[in-house]
Amino acid sequence: MATQQTNLAGRVLVAPSVILLFVWMIVPLVMTLYFSTLNYSLIESFPLSFARLTNYTDFIHNPEFFAALLNTVILVVSVLVISVGGGILVALLMDQQIYGQSLVRLMVLAPFFVMPTVSALVWKNLLMNPVSGLFAWLTKSLGLPAVDWFNNWPMLSIILIVSWQWLPFASLILLTALQSFDEEQKEAATLDGAKALPFFFYLVLPHIARAITVVILIETIFLLNVFAEIAVTTGGGPGTATTNIAYLVFKQALLSYDIGSASAGGIIAVILANIVAIFLMRIVGKNLES
Amino acid sequence: MALKQTVGRRIGMTAAAWLVGFLIFFPILWTILTSFKTEGDAAAIPPHFLFFNWTTENYHEVFSRLDYWHFAINSIVLSVGANLVGLLIGVPAAWSMAFAPTKRTKDLLMWMLSTKMMPGVGVLIPIYLIVQALGLLDNRVGVGFILFMLNLPILVWMLYTYFKEIPVDILEASRMDGASLMNEIIYVLTPMAVPGIASTMLLCIILSWNEAFWTLNLTTTDAAPLTQFIASLSTSQGLFWAKLSAASTLAIAPILILGWFSQKQLVRGLTFGAVK
Repeated sequence: MATQQTNLAGRVLVAPSVILLFVWMIVPLVMTLYFSTLNYSLIESFPLSFARLTNYTDFIHNPEFFAALLNTVILVVSVLVISVGGGILVALLMDQQIYGQSLVRLMVLAPFFVMPTVSALVWKNLLMNPVSGLFAWLTKSLGLPAVDWFNNWPMLSIILIVSWQWLPFASLILLTALQSFDEEQKEAATLDGAKALPFFFYLVLPHIARAITVVILIETIFLLNVFAEIAVTTGGGPGTATTNIAYLVFKQALLSYDIGSASAGGIIAVILANIVAIFLMRIVGKNLES
Repeated sequence: MALKQTVGRRIGMTAAAWLVGFLIFFPILWTILTSFKTEGDAAAIPPHFLFFNWTTENYHEVFSRLDYWHFAINSIVLSVGANLVGLLIGVPAAWSMAFAPTKRTKDLLMWMLSTKMMPGVGVLIPIYLIVQALGLLDNRVGVGFILFMLNLPILVWMLYTYFKEIPVDILEASRMDGASLMNEIIYVLTPMAVPGIASTMLLCIILSWNEAFWTLNLTTTDAAPLTQFIASLSTSQGLFWAKLSAASTLAIAPILILGWFSQKQLVRGLTFGAVK
């Protein structure tokens, strides 16, 4: 009897969140799906009509789409390699017995709290400006020509900015994982005279493997959606050099007002994100059971 | 001998770690330094690191001419408001899932998390059109609602993991001592739940403050928070680095400080409890 009451109360308490999230997820998604099958433009005044799958075929045959898909993959993979690789090194370093560890951690973590528009503009202007940016001065001091980052290496520039934002996240999560490493095991290995590299590969890496997976999956979900950093620096250019899927959909929808085609792109983005999400959910789900 | 080696090693590692920390932090430090320079000093080659005419002129400009407070207040109202509403809806849900779990609780939690995986561009168009139709473009209520929905899954998840840690035995003990349900909630549960709620709120405010997809797409001026303010500076003030730096420093300082306090919660919140 009592449990029945608790169950009912439980349902009433959970219901608002569930209903809101359900509506939030289903309504726009269904609308996007619906729009993606229409000839629907906000500027051309032809009547709405059913387009079958032409939006998808158009979007896929659009040369910009292929460029955007490739850019998305390049951006995600590069940032993952830099932030996870760098994050492992930074975390290992911070996990040593060092003086002022908490201060170092504050400094390493800081970029994560910087809003995307600020980090993009600070890097673009103060650091990467080819005339009076700090990097230009550094290369000149070394006797090298200044690099015109955003014109000659647009994608690399975006990758550097985004990596700077995500390196702290990877470092912090991996440091947390490292710190749960058993001290006794560590000592035992040192006493047995384990060399640094085998120690890392056979003991440390397996221990933090799960944390690395979680970092990769969470970062991927965010990195598939990189938008502000591109919008305030390159606007997707020059040409399509820095247009990713997220930016391409934005451009089709809010700059070209082609709702049908942009919706098709949106659905493609959803599919890509879901492939990653399935893996993340499995890992989190397993953790929930334990 | 062995001791000497460890001390030497420790000093070496410390130096390396501080160098790495400094390099990672440097862009922020550089922004702060530049914000105190004149425009001439800001673009000088070779750059002036510490020896320049320190001035607060840029901050005066940002406050008076660029209307900083309008955007800062929007940021505060949006990030605090959206998550307060989030708590109202999320606390009861997390509470009942933690203390009266059913067979479906786990699936429900996973499903909530899955809504977080939806890329913004997948729903940008319908949401833009709905918000527009309701006349809520560039309106605090419109953007605030979006920010609230974006954080709701994370909020429920984090609260759930905190509530899970409250020992149920203590409830039974207080019940044995004859505490009424009301007393139980006020004197036993609330004090144990408050730290978790505060940490959750802190992380969610940080996430909303820095959200830059929806705020850039759905606001222009009236409801624009600091993300949009900085983005609009890039076009109008792009060449005025000292002013851009002052505005940037002001935009990130509050959240940087809050963020440093919430380090521990960050790991839990952003990995959904998968890394502890």
